Order: sequence, then C-alpha cells, then structure tokens
Amino acid sequence: MNNKQFKYKKAIAALAIFTTISGSLVGCSEKNISQAYSQADAITITNVSYDPTREFYEQYNKIFTDYWKKEKNQLVEIIQSHGGSGKQARSVIEGNEADIVTLALEGDVDEIRKAGLIDEGWVNEFDKNSSPYTSTIVFLVRKGNPKNIKDWDDLINDGVEIITPDPKSSGGARWNFLAAWAFFGEQDGATEEYQKQQIKKLYSNVSVLDSGARGATTTFVENGQGDVLLAWENEAFLSIKQNPEEFEIITPSLSILAQPSVAIVDENVKKHGTQEVSKAYLEYLYSDEAQRLAGENYYRPSNSEILNEFSNVFNLDVKLVNIDDYFGGWEAATEKFFVDGAIFDEIYKN
Amino acid sequence: MREKALKIILIFIGAAFIVIMLIMPLLTVIAYALRQGWNTFFNAISDPYAIKALKLTLFTTIISLVVNTVFGIFAAWAITKFNFRAKQILITLIDIPFSISPIIAGLIFIVVFGRIGWAYPLLEALNIKVVFAVPGIVLATIFVTFPFVSRELIPLMNSSGSDEEEAAALMGAKGFYIFRKITLPHIKWSLLYGMILCTARALGEFGAVSVVSGHLRGKTNTLPLHVEILYSEFNLTAAFSVASLLVIIAVIILILRNLIEYRLKRGEND
Amino acid sequence: MQALQKFKGKNKANKSIIPGFGLSMGITLSMLSFIVLIPLASVLLSLKDISFSEFIEVIVDRQTVSAYKVSISCAFIASSINVVFGVLLAWILTRYKFPCKRIFDGLIELPFALPTAVAGISLTTLYSDKGWIGALFNKIGVKISYTKVGITIAMIFIGIPFVVRSIQPILEKLDSQYEEAAAILGADKHIIFLKVIFPEILPAMLTGFALAFARSIGEYGSVVFIAGNIPYKTQITPLIIMSKLEQFNYPAATSIALIMIIFSFIILFGINVLSSRVNKIASGD
Repeated sequence: MNNKQFKYKKAIAALAIFTTISGSLVGCSEKNISQAYSQADAITITNVSYDPTREFYEQYNKIFTDYWKKEKNQLVEIIQSHGGSGKQARSVIEGNEADIVTLALEGDVDEIRKAGLIDEGWVNEFDKNSSPYTSTIVFLVRKGNPKNIKDWDDLINDGVEIITPDPKSSGGARWNFLAAWAFFGEQDGATEEYQKQQIKKLYSNVSVLDSGARGATTTFVENGQGDVLLAWENEAFLSIKQNPEEFEIITPSLSILAQPSVAIVDENVKKHGTQEVSKAYLEYLYSDEAQRLAGENYYRPSNSEILNEFSNVFNLDVKLVNIDDYFGGWEAATEKFFVDGAIFDEIYKN
Repeated sequence: MREKALKIILIFIGAAFIVIMLIMPLLTVIAYALRQGWNTFFNAISDPYAIKALKLTLFTTIISLVVNTVFGIFAAWAITKFNFRAKQILITLIDIPFSISPIIAGLIFIVVFGRIGWAYPLLEALNIKVVFAVPGIVLATIFVTFPFVSRELIPLMNSSGSDEEEAAALMGAKGFYIFRKITLPHIKWSLLYGMILCTARALGEFGAVSVVSGHLRGKTNTLPLHVEILYSEFNLTAAFSVASLLVIIAVIILILRNLIEYRLKRGEND
Repeated sequence: MQALQKFKGKNKANKSIIPGFGLSMGITLSMLSFIVLIPLASVLLSLKDISFSEFIEVIVDRQTVSAYKVSISCAFIASSINVVFGVLLAWILTRYKFPCKRIFDGLIELPFALPTAVAGISLTTLYSDKGWIGALFNKIGVKISYTKVGITIAMIFIGIPFVVRSIQPILEKLDSQYEEAAAILGADKHIIFLKVIFPEILPAMLTGFALAFARSIGEYGSVVFIAGNIPYKTQITPLIIMSKLEQFNYPAATSIALIMIIFSFIILFGINVLSSRVNKIASGD
C-alpha cells in the first residue's frame, strides 16, 4: 500500500526531532557570543594563562582595569582561563579565541605562532623576550632537610627519593630536567656521556613521575611521598605558604632561568577589534606596580631594580643559565631532549 | 543455621567492600573539605564563580538528560522490538562512549568543530561557536552519558519479550499508545534508574568537558572544572569543598531514588 | 494464543507488526551518527598526516606496548575482582534484609558522580602510606599508591557500578519459585546456585565485566594520580596519549587512541554476541 509513504513520513519526523536538538544547541551558542561582545561601552578580552597565575592575574586585572578606565575612560572586562600550559596552548590552536596568552613556555606560545595565529617575531614584541616575570627551579624539602640536600649532586645519592613531574606530559617539568642537565654540564671535565649518566641516576631516584606539576606537589605535600620535590620557585613558595611548618626551600648553586612568555594572539584581536587594549594589557605588566605585584606572588620581576626589593624573598645568588645561551633556544632543547626517542626516552630504556 | 552464618558472612564482606571502596573515599573528600573549618567551606561554595559553574553544570545535565532519555527509549524500542541484521554491532556502537578515554571523547569534537576541524569554516560563516563555548560542553556531556539510558532498557525489554505489544498491535493500537500503556509500566524503574545514572555521570563529568571547555571562568566552567582550577592554584581545601557539594548532591539523588523506588514497589506489591 | 504464535512465527521471517520501526530506527541512527560516529570518524582524518609505517612505529613502540600491558592487565584484574564482588553485592542487595541496605544500594553509583580527578586524588591519599588504609598496608610492607596495585584499585572503584547494576536486575527478576522448586526437590543450596542461578546471571556477569573493563582501560582522571607514571612500570596508555598531545603530535595521539578504541570495540562486541548466545541457550530459543 502506502507503506513507503508512511516510512517517509517517519523519517521526516526523525529528522525534525534531530534538528530541534541541534537547533537548541546552536541557540545557546549564539546567546553566548552576543553576551560576550555586545556591550558597546565595555570591551572584553580573554587571557588564556596557565595554572598557578590565577591569583596574580586576578589582582593585576583590577589594577589594569583602573588604569584603562583612567586612560581611556572605558570599562574593560577580562575573562581568565587557567590550565596546564600545553593544554591551554592547544585550546587556542583548536579555536579557543584568546586575545592574549600568558603561558609557561616559549615553546607553547610558538606552537600557536606555527598554527598561524600569532605573527612572526612575537618574542621581541615586548621587553625581556616578552617575559615580564621569570622564575627558576628550586628544591622543596621537608623541615630540617633530613637528607641534607644542598645541590643537584646530592639528588643522585642512594636512598634519596625525588618527586618531579614527567617532562613528556608536562611542559613545565622540562625546566627541571634542563636545570639538572646544565648543572652536570658545568662540572669539571663533564662530557655529554657523563651528563646522561648523572641524569639517569637522578631519574632512577624519582619514585613518582606525576603527569603534571600540581599532581607532583600533592604527591609530595599531601601524601608524604619522597624527600625532595623539584618545583618552580613560585609554586614552592605557595606550598610553604599553605604549610609553613613542614617544608623549606633549598636553592641550588645553579639553576635555569624559567621565562614564562606573553603574546598577543594577532588573528583573534583583529577579529575582535581588541588590538589596542590587548597591547596595553601586556605592556602594563612591565609597570612598577605590576612588577611589584608579580614579586608579591613569588614570580621574579624582570625589572632588576624591583627584583632587588625582594632580595629577602628570593635567593639572588643562584647562578641562572638562560635557555637561549645554554641550549640554543627552546626548539633545539625540545628536539634534543624531549621528542620521542630523544635523551629523556633514552635514559628510561633498560 | 549454616545458611544464616553464610548470610552474615556475605553481608559482612559486601559491607566491607562498600565501606572501603566507596564510603572511605567519600569521607576523604569531606575530611579535606572541612579541614580548615566551615567558614572556608562556605566561602568556597558561595564564591560567585562557583555558583556560575553550578548553574552551567545543572543546565548541561538537564539537556543531556532529556536528549539521552529520548534517544535511549527510541534506541531500545528499535533494538528490542524488531529483528534486523547487524543488531549486535549497533548495540556495541552505542556502548562505545563507555570505553573511550575522556581525553579522546573531547578531542573528537575538537577535530569536527574546532579551528582545525572540517566543520569550522561553516560555523565561522554562521558565526556559531561550538567548542570552547556552552554547546561543546553539552555535546561532550551527551557523548559520555550516551549509553546510560538505553543500556538499562535494552536487557529488560529483551527479556520481557514483545508478546503483549504484538497483541496490542494486532488489536489496532497505535505505537505511542502501546508504549505508554504496555511497555512503560514494565520499564519505568529501569528508565528512572537510567536517567538517574545519566544525571549522576553528567554532574561529575570532567575529562571530556575539560578538553572542549577552554576553562573560561564564569563562561564555560562547569563545577568539576572549577574544582580542577581551585586544585591547580594550590587551593586544595576549596577544591574539595566544591567537590563535596557536587558529591553530596549526587548521593542525595541516588539514595532518594532508591528510597522512592523501594516504597512504591512495596506499594505495588501489596 | 495459538494464532498469535503462528503469526509471530511468520512474522519473524519478514517484519514485526509492532509499529514504530522507521521512526525509532531513524532517531537512533541519526543521533548515533551525529554524536558518536561522525565525530569518531573525524578523528581518523587526522591520521592522514602519518604514513602507515609511522603509524605502526608509533603503536608498537616499546614504551607504548608496555603501557598497553599495564592498562590491560590492571583492567583485567580489576574487572575480574569486580565480577566477584559485583555478584556478591547484587546478591545481598536483592536477597537479604539488613540495616543501611537502601543507603548502600544508593552508594553504588558514587563512582559515576564523583569527578574523576577528585576520585583520583582521594583514592591516592587514602591508599598512600600516610593514608587511612595505606598506612595499615604499609605496616605489612605493601605499597598501594603509585604501584600497579593502586592502578587496579582505582579501576575497581570506577568499574564496580557497571557489574553490580548489570546483575542486580536479573537477580531481582529471577523468580524465587525456581529455587524453591529446586529446594523442594532436595537440591543442595550451592547446587541451586550453580545450576539455576548462575546460568541466568552469566550473560549479565559477562556484560558487566566487559563494560567495567572497557571503561577501565580508557580511564584517565582517576587513575593517573594513583599511578606512579614511571615508564615501563606504572605508565598507563591514556597518559602516553596525553604526552603525545603535549608534544602537539595529534597523529601519534590518535594512532594510539585508535588502537584502544578498536580493542574496546572487539571486547564489547565479543561479549555482546556471547551474552546474546548464552541468553538464547538459557531461554531455550
């Protein structure tokens, strides 16, 4: 009979339901966009940043909003996003429309450039290689330093348990590896073979290789694993702040200058018409006020005068090697150590 | 006598398992949440960002629940009331979201709707954002909770057979009428249960949503993501306070459902 | 009744008389395609950037293979343990009365509702040598957190609801008349269990096992904290995928993900077929 027609009708009904569902999804997306960009007098920018910068940027956004109001008489709303640095970079590449990125690694920002969203030469767009604040790698040990850990070579002693995140899954953890590598390279008569051996010893003392820096801190602080945590200086200070009685920070004789990088995401600011405010947002990070704020949040201000104001907080005697001078830049270091089958994988074979 | 001893032993083992595997982790969450006192707890859960995140989570959960319930009923109907080839393959495909790593579950939507995805030029032209916006979060949540309702219905409808429905159809009843009068009374508890599961899972979903959210505070942050952010900024106590809020909501729903079902079933049997 | 039987017999050959096939099948397939199949297929597109030999190289890399082994062996052990405890829990929850039963019953789904990262952090704390349970085991020299035992525990945690909830409805439905009849005929209790109950719940046990297993090998959030993540020892496969992504290596990440998906599909499909066979045998069709 009209069986065919009947089936046809049902297919249409199925399609209708399906369209309604997708329609409702689209509906809520459009509402979202109009909410974000419709207020004429205010301007909204999105700052995609990495994990432990939240407190700093929350305070900085307040002073920047005031500054911008005074300068331009315009209200600026800043949407913050925080997560693992590499993941955040990926989300921008995949379509998270950040106006600015403030990430942990030059390499992460550079991946966004490779994807065509940031113009060439971004490193020189702002002062000090576009790093308004820096940090370094230090040791967090238990109160009284029971294993008497003073420097990198104490870490390879028998019976020392180290907690550090996996440099393959956590970009921030690559600084830990590089700092150790640089230390062993600076010793008398060091060869690359020697460096590899020492590093291998060091990583064979690692009892938990967490997937991220935050996980490693929990392992060390909350779950009481290990004798020493290799950590970013600012994160080590945060752990001390939470548990002042239990831990202390040891600064090794040599470490690495970790340079978190900031950049404007050129393609997105063009689309949103936010070039001016985004540029001002990053430039203002170098103002005295913002630099002091960075210091108060345990980042080393890149302005050396202001850094000296914090000499009672930071150990300024530590020799800091620079990734460009020592390793020939971030990309070369990644190639040599961290891609699949490179030195880091090598030390775990057998 | 021996039977009674066996019963006690079995109950003891079962209870021990539940206490060790389920209740202790729950208590750990609550212990963390309260270790700096009630004030910190209330501050954490009344934070404006936490409340925005809660709203988004509830919104997402409700949409996923509706979509998956509709899907689950139709899928179960199609699969159990008719014979067709490749039925096992269809069932397995519906189960697939169970087995996919949450990271991948998020990534699949990125490669469709993200800047690197093939649907992106179209969305761009229409000025629609899917990933790193609310729709992406909803989609990812629907994906991970996709099989829950149908999973509950299929075995039950399979085992209860189609005789009654066939009889009704022979007498000329319409499809929806058959479903409402014959099938629904049989499956209502399983359906409710599937919906509860879907709700619980949608409330707590973290991995897939984390990939598609972009973590925009106040915009695309769900409650589980808010927990992650608090955790990452070294605010463990606040993180667990928010988490315990989430878990307490879920546990209340789960236990309530159980009590209601128990009461009503007893009423039916009497 | 006989007419109905006859009709049904004829019907099986061609088409059911129950209405709604077109509509329900249409909705099922379009939603399945839109939400699951098309996005999944799109992932395969990113494999175009990788040659076949590179693909093979990625998936048989020694470190990756050892991660498959860790994931699969821990998931297998965890799911097996879950089947045992799942049957036991389903049994006591359906057959016995005891205090707090309703609450226990409601708690079974807790692992679904707890955000995975929270579950992971709490389990790690609980089973680390400073934790409530870990400390007890530490006294007898057993380390749980950061070992394969820890990974297995986390997988038990996320898998248990699947098994209990697969078996429970069957046990509830299973008429106690069979058992009573068997008991009257003088059958021993455990013979009743083996001959009457066990065959009935076997398909459900298999399904529960498969679901728990499939979920465990893919799980990231709750397992990654308790795993020590030491390469070749306690590194799980999802972590390898994660580190490929951290290197912006999408093709390698998808290659490994694809292997995992295929593996899960085979397990799920196999068990679906198997349990429908068992079902047919049991119902004497």
